[in-house]
Amino acid sequence: MHETAMSLNTTELLAIPALPLLAALLAGLFGWALKEKLTHWICCLGTIGAAILSIDVFVQVQHGASFHGNLWTWMLSDKFIVPVGMMIDRLTVIMMVTVTIVSACVHVYTIGYMHGDPGYTRFFSYISAFTFSMLVLVMGNNFFTLFFGWEAVGLFSYLLIGFWYKRESANFAALKAFIVNRVGDFGFAIGILAVWYYFGTVEYQAVFAQVPAFVAKHVSLHFLGWQIEAITFMCLALFVGAMGKSAQVPLHVWLPDSMEGPTPISALIHAATMVTAGVFMVARLSPMFEFSETALATVTVVGAITAWMCATIGLVQNDIKRVIAYSTCSQLGYMFVACGISAYSAGVFHLMTHAYFKALLFLAAGSVIHGMMAEQDIRIMGQLRRFMPITYGTMLIGALALSGLPPFAGYWSKDLIIEAAAVRDMGWASELAYWSVLTGVFMTAFYTFRMFFLTFHNSDRVPAKIKAHVHESPKVITVPLLVLSIGAIGAGLWGVSIGLVDAETMHGYFAGSIFVLDEHNPLLMLEEAETNHTLGFFTHYGPLMLALSGIALAGYMYYRESEMPKRLAASFPRVHDFLLNKWYWDELYAKIFVAPARKLGTILWQWFDLAMIDRGVIHGGIVDSIKAGAARMRQLQTGMVYHYAFAMVIGVFGFLTYLLFKA
Amino acid sequence: MLESAFFYMFGGLAVLAAMGVVLARNTMHSVMFLIFCFFNASGLFFMLDAEFLGVILILVYVGAVMVLFMFVIMMLEINTAVLREGFTRYLPIGALVAGVLLIEFIAAAHSGIFTDGVRATAEHLGRDVNNTVEIGKILYTKYLLGFEIAALVLLAALVGAIVLTIRSRKDAKYQNISAQVRVRKEDRLRKVRM
Amino acid sequence: MVELSDYLTVGAALFSLGVIGLFLNRKNVITILMCIELMLLAVNLNLVAFSHYLNDLAGQIFVFFVLTVAASEVAVGLAILVAFYRTRRSIEVEDINTLQG
Repeated sequence: MHETAMSLNTTELLAIPALPLLAALLAGLFGWALKEKLTHWICCLGTIGAAILSIDVFVQVQHGASFHGNLWTWMLSDKFIVPVGMMIDRLTVIMMVTVTIVSACVHVYTIGYMHGDPGYTRFFSYISAFTFSMLVLVMGNNFFTLFFGWEAVGLFSYLLIGFWYKRESANFAALKAFIVNRVGDFGFAIGILAVWYYFGTVEYQAVFAQVPAFVAKHVSLHFLGWQIEAITFMCLALFVGAMGKSAQVPLHVWLPDSMEGPTPISALIHAATMVTAGVFMVARLSPMFEFSETALATVTVVGAITAWMCATIGLVQNDIKRVIAYSTCSQLGYMFVACGISAYSAGVFHLMTHAYFKALLFLAAGSVIHGMMAEQDIRIMGQLRRFMPITYGTMLIGALALSGLPPFAGYWSKDLIIEAAAVRDMGWASELAYWSVLTGVFMTAFYTFRMFFLTFHNSDRVPAKIKAHVHESPKVITVPLLVLSIGAIGAGLWGVSIGLVDAETMHGYFAGSIFVLDEHNPLLMLEEAETNHTLGFFTHYGPLMLALSGIALAGYMYYRESEMPKRLAASFPRVHDFLLNKWYWDELYAKIFVAPARKLGTILWQWFDLAMIDRGVIHGGIVDSIKAGAARMRQLQTGMVYHYAFAMVIGVFGFLTYLLFKA
Repeated sequence: MLESAFFYMFGGLAVLAAMGVVLARNTMHSVMFLIFCFFNASGLFFMLDAEFLGVILILVYVGAVMVLFMFVIMMLEINTAVLREGFTRYLPIGALVAGVLLIEFIAAAHSGIFTDGVRATAEHLGRDVNNTVEIGKILYTKYLLGFEIAALVLLAALVGAIVLTIRSRKDAKYQNISAQVRVRKEDRLRKVRM
Repeated sequence: MVELSDYLTVGAALFSLGVIGLFLNRKNVITILMCIELMLLAVNLNLVAFSHYLNDLAGQIFVFFVLTVAASEVAVGLAILVAFYRTRRSIEVEDINTLQG
């Protein structure tokens, strides 16, 4: 695909995932001996080192360097060869830089946030190991390293959601995340195996090279009675995995519950990095998705539905972290819409900006929670800006970036997605996508500032008991906030400056990393429309106006204490309940999956375990007769040495007799 | 002829010494008989061209293992009379079992089932063949893994023997006499102002 | 000339004497250990004899390993004996049956 002009230093590349891994191992195995201080130093330095190296690699790649190659062989079985290798190009380095910088900020933040927790060293070990896994996920050059990273981040997500394992709700949330992800990973594994089955290799470049010829042959297969194109089948199966990991409808239910974990985790894993793995995967596999209209349409529709639905749920939630969690779901929907309409680069751009401002929002929320003695309900906050000015300021930056106001990061990427959705024509799918993301902008601005005003403005509703303790967080918490707010302000402009926004160079910037058919490319269409001035005024400025009106409405309803929200909720009780209960997804799943599974489990337990095995086999049959036999056999074991010697002699005797008769 | 004479001498003495091991009243005499038996077996090894093993048998067995036996016997206070109890009672059955076994063994040895591919008469190897070198060549190449495992077995036995016999355990409360003698008044008495 | 069967006969005699020893000395663990040594010696003698008459050094290698294991066995056996003697003041086999099923 792309000729390697300049090769990167392998040792440097290996050091990037190796540093966090080393830190994680040290913290995990020797945390008891290192004590808290040394542990957090090791882990922070490991991640910061990885971040610095990533930036260095980024600069080199910016100058045209790249790396494609295998380092080791992981598995070898006849034709099934799985190498361990790296594919470092522009798409990868953007991810690497984002992951390591956010991770470094979260590491430092954790020092303050988790201070005094009994699982302090364990926590550091987990987040460093998570960083390692995420880096493996993005840096690998084949589907199996992707899968390895995919599963490993899932594991650490599970461990970290259930970090406070004494809380029942945390355990449930962790299990829920794990099980829902299992559904997605099942599809993902089938997709990978299908890729190997059809292409005979699992390396990205080898697969991508074969795709056009493969599509031209129109290979199809029967799946559950449907005739389906093989390439579509693979893409859809892989996308099921992305739906699980990136919390898309209908597998989104785990993400809001994952807020049971400590807040740094919500920022790192459930906002900035892991959940975007699905988007990264679709962008990485663009040479496959591009050849399947059905798969692209599916990605678009799923993304659009998620973006819109989660935004509506976010409107009424009262838990500060849940509001942000639903906004994460919704923003992930935006990214998938971008990928579905073939504007992968816009999706990746939004992924990057989102990572900064969403991590910022979560960490700021964490700072609020920290100051409020672990209270997360925004109904009993208010006027906190007087106590925590730095948190207030940084949260404001994050909120503006999320709402999409210029010049903050979110504006550039989100605007691009919406405009791209406007010009791309995929029939009803792109229509749906356009209107979903457009109305989504209004709702995003509204719920973000509803949360913001209720927390920092409005009336002071903090109970006296907590109020005595409310304070600004220490420096280890505020400094990462400030670092991330630089990202939340500047990531968008920076993306523009390196040529991520300009349509022409956009196609060129990710050349070799992302593949887009010219007739699909909405960014080319967008550029054409701009030069011909056929782009309407509303397409241009509509999103911005909607965002501003969303903020204005939120200000009108929540800036001061007002009866209006309550009246509104009272006049539409059905709608309010519907949204408050998250569209009843959990109840639906409880009815159609959980209840039958429980019933089946009860039947198996009562009839098979208790009736057949316990009463039938154990007390009636095999086990009892073995027991009786053993009781008799036990008499043979006298414990006398000469009895054993006698038995041995008899054995020798028999053996020799046999030999003699045989001869 | 001379070879046969030596064989009968070594073989006969080895069997007699073995009888001594079993029948001797004093355990110490048993050990002595066993040592003698080993010497004779070593002679047989030499006759079978296994010089290295012959030397090893004397060095390791007589020099180390049997000394260990003696050491233990001398260390423990053993009542020989009690230990011989039941000796005559079990003699008939023991002799019967062993006799039947012996007859069977000899029958097997002479039946020809072991003689497939065996050289009819023992031709001895030449003067130039060094048994130690030959064993070394095969031991460190083909049987290297076994050799290293044997080393580990010895290590495990070494550690095991030490662990089993070591006296000082943390949970045991032995007297430390020197510490008791060295104690001074200040260590035990504290003046309290009332 | 000395034949293979002659050596095997000597080995058989030593082995049988070892077995008798096991039966007769029911009390003395040390003698039992020595009888086991005797039996191992018989096995070794057979192995060396086979090695010589088959012209194959593998037999001698096995003797080497048997010696290793026998030495370890004696070391551990005597260590157990000493430890046992310390607690029971006795080395009678019949006392060492508390582990019987």
